Amino acid sequence: MSLLHVVILAPFLAAIIVPFLYKLARPVHTGWFVLILPILLFVYLIQYLPEVSGGQTIIKEQPWIPSLGINFTVYVDGLGLLFALLITGIGALVVLYSIYYLSKKTEALHNFYVYLLLFMGAMLGVVLSDNLIVLYTFWELTSLSSFFLIAYWYHREKSLYGALKSMLITVFGGFAMLAGVVLLFAMGGTFSIRELIGQADMLASHTLFIPAMLLILLGAFTKSAQFPFHIWLPDAMEAPTPVSAYLHSATMVKAGIYLVARLSPVFAGQAEWFWLVSGFGILTLFWGSFNAVKQTDLKAILAFSTVSQLGMIMSLLGLGSASVHFGYATEAQAYTVATLAAIFHLINHATFKGSLFMVVGIVDHETGTRDIRRLGGLMTVMPITFTIAIIGSLSMAGLPPFNGFLSKEMFFTAVLNARELGLFNMQTWGALFPFVAWIGSVFTFVYSMILLFKPFTGQYKPEQLDKTPHEAPLGMLISPVILVSLVIIFGFFPNLLSYTILEPAMASILPGLLEPGQQFLVHIAFWHGWTTELFMTIGVIVLGSLLYLSLKKWQGIYDLFPHRLSFNHLYDQGLISMERLSARVTNAHMTGSIRDYLIYILAFFIIVLGSAIFLLEGYAFQFEDSGAIAAHEVILAVVMVIAAIAVAVTESRLTAIIAAGVVGYAVALFFVIFRAPDLALTQLVIETVSVALFLLCFYHLPKLKLKPKKTGFKVTNFIISLGVGTIITLIALSAHSTRLFAPISEYFVEASYDEAGGKNMVNVILVDFRGYDTMFEILVLGIASLGVYALIKLRLNRRENYENQ
Amino acid sequence: MRINDVILQTTAKVISFIILTFGIYIFFAGHHIPGGGFIGGLITTSALVLLYVAFDMETMNKVIPIDFKKMTALGLLIAVSTGLGALLFDQPFLTHTFGYFDLPILGEAELATAVLFDIGVFLTVTGVAVTIILTIGEDEKWK
Repeated sequence: MSLLHVVILAPFLAAIIVPFLYKLARPVHTGWFVLILPILLFVYLIQYLPEVSGGQTIIKEQPWIPSLGINFTVYVDGLGLLFALLITGIGALVVLYSIYYLSKKTEALHNFYVYLLLFMGAMLGVVLSDNLIVLYTFWELTSLSSFFLIAYWYHREKSLYGALKSMLITVFGGFAMLAGVVLLFAMGGTFSIRELIGQADMLASHTLFIPAMLLILLGAFTKSAQFPFHIWLPDAMEAPTPVSAYLHSATMVKAGIYLVARLSPVFAGQAEWFWLVSGFGILTLFWGSFNAVKQTDLKAILAFSTVSQLGMIMSLLGLGSASVHFGYATEAQAYTVATLAAIFHLINHATFKGSLFMVVGIVDHETGTRDIRRLGGLMTVMPITFTIAIIGSLSMAGLPPFNGFLSKEMFFTAVLNARELGLFNMQTWGALFPFVAWIGSVFTFVYSMILLFKPFTGQYKPEQLDKTPHEAPLGMLISPVILVSLVIIFGFFPNLLSYTILEPAMASILPGLLEPGQQFLVHIAFWHGWTTELFMTIGVIVLGSLLYLSLKKWQGIYDLFPHRLSFNHLYDQGLISMERLSARVTNAHMTGSIRDYLIYILAFFIIVLGSAIFLLEGYAFQFEDSGAIAAHEVILAVVMVIAAIAVAVTESRLTAIIAAGVVGYAVALFFVIFRAPDLALTQLVIETVSVALFLLCFYHLPKLKLKPKKTGFKVTNFIISLGVGTIITLIALSAHSTRLFAPISEYFVEASYDEAGGKNMVNVILVDFRGYDTMFEILVLGIASLGVYALIKLRLNRRENYENQ
Repeated sequence: MRINDVILQTTAKVISFIILTFGIYIFFAGHHIPGGGFIGGLITTSALVLLYVAFDMETMNKVIPIDFKKMTALGLLIAVSTGLGALLFDQPFLTHTFGYFDLPILGEAELATAVLFDIGVFLTVTGVAVTIILTIGEDEKWK
């Protein structure tokens, strides 16, 4: 265990303490305690920056299940560190913001911060793990904590719907990813990402390469809300706004991007990878921005905007992967700019989108609504919030002098360069890239303007608001102000980031392009001359402004798209029909009658064991070493048979109970005869206690129905009982007749006194040699008794309530 | 309602104590002759159930104010703790040991940690069986 392991595990440990802090220190907002952790982690992690900037990586191993090749290996390189800093940095700001957003009087803060810390730890685990299985485990934990956080206000139906949707889609993708990981293991024989990267050439020629790629991408696309899996993200906006800012824009949804970037060295250079990643990315970019324009809820606009920006980063990663094809050649430079833009925009997006989410949270918090049709004219009421919103939205729209402009320009450069790529049929389809990118950017401009102007300018409508709006408290403004300051700082001094974090992250994504000691050239500047990119930006502004001003005239096109064909409709219908199907299957066999269930169990028993015995020819009969059968044994057996038949045919329940008791006591007698006093004693006591239990139950049981049953029913029962008897007899005889090795009973006879100091072999086995079994058996017993207790008590309470009404 | 319980109650008082003693004897004897925590627990249960059948629930709850669910939990705790105890001596989980000691009254006797584990089994089995029977038994008044 190194300190880096502690970094990942610290949020989990803190999550254990939080509920106690909440209980013990109620007057203090729990968030203040939680805030310490991300700050500490951020400060600790940032110390690795100089080392990582120098091109070094840090590896700390901790064996977990070494026999399966699963080790908790922490790996810090440019990419991992960038994400880890984002997670802890934005995490700290979000926790600070949440202290003012969530009231300590009315909210279940302990739940909130436990889930949030759970997420923080899981996300750190995802980005710092080298082992794919460990990564997957943390990956699913992020889905789980996201589910809890979306459903935080669980009494709202929409929260539950959104939580379930995100869970189903991301976990579906997670499973696909697990399958992809297993395929990678099958090909490369290791779960370690570094070792897989080392064998990238061998993997690429493997037949399982493409399936593995598709499955991994499915995981990444669902997590990062890529088209058509983007539908969960807008519904996830039911979560409290700090959560939306943190999970659903800055960190968790970027896990898919992280995965694509992390595995780029394995897959990049393949035409399939290039087309899938860049194609789905650019499609998502367009679809997200196009749909954002029609939203009326501020958070929905941001959700679709996030979808679109994620698509942009994804497509950049795809375009950047083309550079692998050129190796060390200088031509590669034209395409590595895409990867650079991806990383740069990742940071920029976290800053401006985070601040915008917080702005929307403030508006929601202070006015009680997020509907742009009811909002307006808040500029004068909330001047600071408005300032933050201006910077955030203009950066998002890609305007100078903010950081969004820089990465947007680089994005245009990347798509323009892609047109000239002489690979993967880009000559024919490549021209579409700049075009779709440009259209997407126009819509991005339009929704940024909607976000900025609709709530803050226009007519002030206080009568439509639930509260009287005023400027947010100072504490709530700190976090967004820090974020927009970063927007400006990164805008004016982008080269602060260039060689500290951008270049090391690029080196992790495209390791094959560098010779030892070499660095990527990272130069970011505002002015490149009168380039095509600049004209594209001017075009975006002109057309975007026109579209924004004429919004009412062309908004009708959104109604043209039929709801029945939408992916949401598809998802809802799919869910409904799946529920219907499973209900039908369940109802078909769960009849509520124990007799039916016994038939299933026993029939299964007969089929599986019977076919196993006959197919494997497991039966054997040997009677040479059997002892003689004494007369009293025969009598005992006959008594048992008669009693057993009596249980089945009697019409009185009391007779049945007594007859069953006779069978039990007869078995006990057999144990006595065969010199097994422990078993005999146990059997006797068990019989006694069961009879007592039967007496108690006797009141409850309905009268044995004497109605004539259908003969068919009885025939089935007869066949099944006959089958069970036959199979058990066969197994018992075969077990006696088959001796594959010497019995181990001799060992126990000797060892129980020598090693455990007990003369009673049975008991020594129970408590010592097989103590583990016994421990779990009594555990099961304990759980079963609690189950019985809960079932009966709950039913009683319900009846009580019913009677009271 | 129960008028003819006098005979049952009188005999139950005597018999249940004989059974209880027997149950505890069986438990301790388990190390060398037939018996042990499981059987001992069941025998104790039968004694308790006899008392519950002879007397009504209210009286019994006064006489034995034990929550048998907690007894189950205690038993599990003891069983697991004896297993964890082995870890303190750098032994694998659930390793047992034994030794011969010269005790004041009993003379030389064998003490084994396995018996501690067995106490856990004993308490759990008793707790579980009584809980189940009492829960079902209490249910009848709602019928």
